[in-house]
Amino acid sequence: MIIAERKPLEEIRNMLAGYKRILVVGCGTCVTICWAGGEKEVGILSSQLRLASSKDGNELSVMEAVVERQCEKEMVLEELGDKVQEVEAILSMGCGAGVQTMAELFEEKPIFPALNTTFIGMPEKEGLWLEMCGACGDCFLDRTGGICPVVRCAKGLLNGPCGGTRKGGKCEIDPEKDCAWVLIYRRLEKQGRLALMRKYYEPKNYRVVKRPGKIEALEA
Amino acid sequence: MTRENKKIIAFCCAESAYRAADRAGRLRIRYPDNVRVIRIPCAGRVSVLHILKAFEKGAAGVLVMGCQEGACRHLTGNIRAKERVKYAKDLLKEVGINGQRVKMVNFSPDMAQKFAREIEEMAEKIKEE
Repeated sequence: MIIAERKPLEEIRNMLAGYKRILVVGCGTCVTICWAGGEKEVGILSSQLRLASSKDGNELSVMEAVVERQCEKEMVLEELGDKVQEVEAILSMGCGAGVQTMAELFEEKPIFPALNTTFIGMPEKEGLWLEMCGACGDCFLDRTGGICPVVRCAKGLLNGPCGGTRKGGKCEIDPEKDCAWVLIYRRLEKQGRLALMRKYYEPKNYRVVKRPGKIEALEA
Repeated sequence: MTRENKKIIAFCCAESAYRAADRAGRLRIRYPDNVRVIRIPCAGRVSVLHILKAFEKGAAGVLVMGCQEGACRHLTGNIRAKERVKYAKDLLKEVGINGQRVKMVNFSPDMAQKFAREIEEMAEKIKEE
């Protein structure tokens, strides 16, 4: 799941300066789960924008909409339809892919991002999301007991742990964070696969994914 | 703007604060008339959006009135309400509205005097600004 965070209100207001009619568009998938751009957050941000502009004596008309998946053209078109014609600018509360999908569909309108898309992760508990995957294109998880050292080790080491592991299995860079390689060791120990720790792994080929990434299904 | 035009919205839990308001009425306790009492099944029903919308529609102060901590009929409704009020304060500060204009208050059904006092306090607060 893609995790994002909302930008500060001031930054969003600066982007929207000069526009009188805007449409705030949320996304019902990843960013709803991480409390960044779902229906509720669209309501909150729209309300804040109205309150802030009326406090400053400016007139701002804010429309609200939520697309089930903002990164799918059909869903965006189905949900937004004619609404876009009524506004001067669109504020997207989707991830970067959602913003760009809408920008491509509505080329004549400026699209602004209200979120900072931060990482691919999972909800650990209510209100806490952790990074799990760096989308490196060359998955390494078979050798590490299903724990990714590329993003969960602060140094991204493929042959860990480094000398900086603290007592209690914490990272030297942040004592709050677990050392990924301690987690890997414990997981492999449980599975009786500790021999994997003795292997040396060549540096990863980070050029597997040519940017911009593109995958084409063979059957298509 | 006169005080009469500055509205206070009081979201009152039916189990406690609403009864306290009712009791205040029966005891003929005087409190400012610019308050609008909204009966809700539990303080936990109030979302951040309800609070923001109240301000958007012109309220000058919002009170979320629930049961005493530990006495919520729905177990944690009042604790949730407290957290949401805290969140709403931050959201309001972000737009330049004094966070003190929204407040969480805990009641038991017989606290009629406290009900009147809280309304009075909020009315004074919004009058000052």
